Amino acid sequence: MEKRVIFKGWLLPLLLLMPQVIITAVFFFYPAGQAIWQSLFIPDPFGLKSQFVGLGNFEFLLGDPYYRASFVTTAIFSGLVTIFSMGIALYLALLADRLIKGAGTYRTLLIWPYAVAPAVAGVLWLFMFNTRVGVVSWYLGLLGYDWNHVLNQTEAMGLVVAASSWGRISYNFLFFLAGLQAIPRSVIEAAAIDGARFWTRFRTIVWPLLSPTTFFLLVVNVVYAFFETFGVIHTITGGGPQQATTILVYKVYSDGFVGQDLGSSAAQSVILLLVVGLLTVIQFKFIERRVHY
Amino acid sequence: MKIRTLLAAAASSVALSTGAWAQTEIQWWHAFTGRLGELLAEQIETFNASQSDYVVIGNHKGNYSETLNAGIAAFRAGEQPHILMVFEVGTATMMAAEGAIKPVYEVMAEGGAPFDPDGYLGPVKGYYTTTDGEMLSLPYNSSTPVLWVNRDAFTEAGLDPDMDLSTWQQVGEALDALKDAGNPCPLTTAWQSWIHLENFSTWHNQPFATLENGYAGLGTELTFNGPAQVQHIAQMGEWAKEGKFIYNGRRNESGANFRAGECALFTESSAGYAGIKAEADFDFEIRPLPYWDGVDGAPQNTIIGGSSLWVLAGHEPEEYEGVAEFLSFLSTSDIQAKWHQDTGYLPITLAAAEQTRAEGFYEANPGTDIAIQQMTGAEPTSNSRGLRLGSFDQIRGIIDEELEAVWAGDKDAQAALDNAVQRGNQLLRRFEQANQ
Repeated sequence: MEKRVIFKGWLLPLLLLMPQVIITAVFFFYPAGQAIWQSLFIPDPFGLKSQFVGLGNFEFLLGDPYYRASFVTTAIFSGLVTIFSMGIALYLALLADRLIKGAGTYRTLLIWPYAVAPAVAGVLWLFMFNTRVGVVSWYLGLLGYDWNHVLNQTEAMGLVVAASSWGRISYNFLFFLAGLQAIPRSVIEAAAIDGARFWTRFRTIVWPLLSPTTFFLLVVNVVYAFFETFGVIHTITGGGPQQATTILVYKVYSDGFVGQDLGSSAAQSVILLLVVGLLTVIQFKFIERRVHY
Repeated sequence: MKIRTLLAAAASSVALSTGAWAQTEIQWWHAFTGRLGELLAEQIETFNASQSDYVVIGNHKGNYSETLNAGIAAFRAGEQPHILMVFEVGTATMMAAEGAIKPVYEVMAEGGAPFDPDGYLGPVKGYYTTTDGEMLSLPYNSSTPVLWVNRDAFTEAGLDPDMDLSTWQQVGEALDALKDAGNPCPLTTAWQSWIHLENFSTWHNQPFATLENGYAGLGTELTFNGPAQVQHIAQMGEWAKEGKFIYNGRRNESGANFRAGECALFTESSAGYAGIKAEADFDFEIRPLPYWDGVDGAPQNTIIGGSSLWVLAGHEPEEYEGVAEFLSFLSTSDIQAKWHQDTGYLPITLAAAEQTRAEGFYEANPGTDIAIQQMTGAEPTSNSRGLRLGSFDQIRGIIDEELEAVWAGDKDAQAALDNAVQRGNQLLRRFEQANQ
């Protein structure tokens, strides 16, 4: 059942809404509108002249096999980042939830990586896995494995996924732990008395009751993997090798800011806007139905 | 008391700022940090101390790409600096932006500062000069690729460190011996596209692109998938497979390995000199970039990398006078000779090269003049004057990707270069369209 508070008149509600509306307009509607407008032109970098090409930029992009491949790369990348960061976080949260001694320390330590900015995390992982001077690649070398993410596409993807997931585990862990602690003990204890083992309790009680948290994290993590992982990719692989880690948002950057092709870059932002919008609609329409609040 | 101090402070700061107001400010955005940044700051200080009409203010704006972006964004917002440092691959972008730049020859003519275009090194100047001979930007730091040799590694492998390494055939023999002797890194490179395709093409007098490598028009198309280039890349791929060529990254990542003494041979910019001299605790030597014996016209000449200074449009005449003064100061022999000797970058004027020779620098530091010889050894042809291609930063990215596919053994050299040409041409057509 929805709660409603009814205001009299319209001036006060409008006034109260204004700050949010203004912020959204200035920081979202205006730039998004600009991007849509720009995507119809091929401008020169300095903005001295530009040519109207209609949907030419979109045609160029969709005809480019590397752009289409970037969709697949993005899907694989964000899928893996979401699964790993949420899966590991849930596992850790379940363990932390059962801890009695030292729980505080354990939790604090787990939250630390969240404070590390993506670009810094990227450099950190790059140092560990550097093909020549990295500690991890050196040990792998001792085991007879020749690590080279500079040339090997799978290894490059694995590395950026690991680096992007790492910092994110902390964030997810916090939410999962809070979610777990919000589940009434009595329900779980009652199930235990009825003879339900841990796995049964998790499947039939914890997981359904945790679903609002899981759903929220799913949305947030997909958006994270789409946009905020830029720093990690920029520092570790620069989109390579052979575009194996060029996700959509990285391509927007490299076409717009390295290639100075602002028309194509704007068109890509518009496509990205549509994709994320669509993903969110799908999530709310179909996945949310299975969520128990 | 407190208020009085504040008032006094305010009054004195007003006095100070009006004092400084008499001097015209010249903004210079650049991309240098570390040692290079210090040397650049020193040049500015020397200039500011040498006269009282102008103050040059240096501003670091990130790496080359970021600096160019900052300049472009500032121009769009109407807040552009007077002088912008642009790397050589951004040259075509700047040249095409006719309303955004003020050509250097024009600045110099109007400013009345001493300026003699003939005094600049031909191959350096050529990169930034129109086909009519008008200098559009002032070369700042320019280098060319050379072969760095770790002599100790050669001795360890039982090779004569004085052996001839002029041709890739001879280098190939050395690589075999080094590999057999268990050297973990016989050959490595920095800037693979710049050295092994761009300079490779000019060094062997092969066209990199049609229309004189883009000098003659925006309709240029890439042609670096010719037989000479394919053969070289195929051989490098072969060496990569056999563990004789070790690839560490697109930029100068390999520099760390060479300086640590791991690698025997290293193709890198002549400007690697400062770093290698400071860190290497082995006997090293500079050799000319090798060429393939049997390719017609090789060796021709190599071309530069680095940056030049562009003057941006939209400022006051008296400010341009200051810019002219500063650019002519930068071109003086003393400044250039010092820059050349400190960094390993080429001097931009003939006079500075002469001065360095007269000071005995080349005798004390053998090999430091190889870069100049390599560039001036032969009169440049239409294949070797330089490259002038739009979206070139991104085309280099494409070349990097395709070369990586060859090193990884995923593609053969012909397929990779064909693909790079086809993808690069797409970008050239878009650049042409944007600048019609």
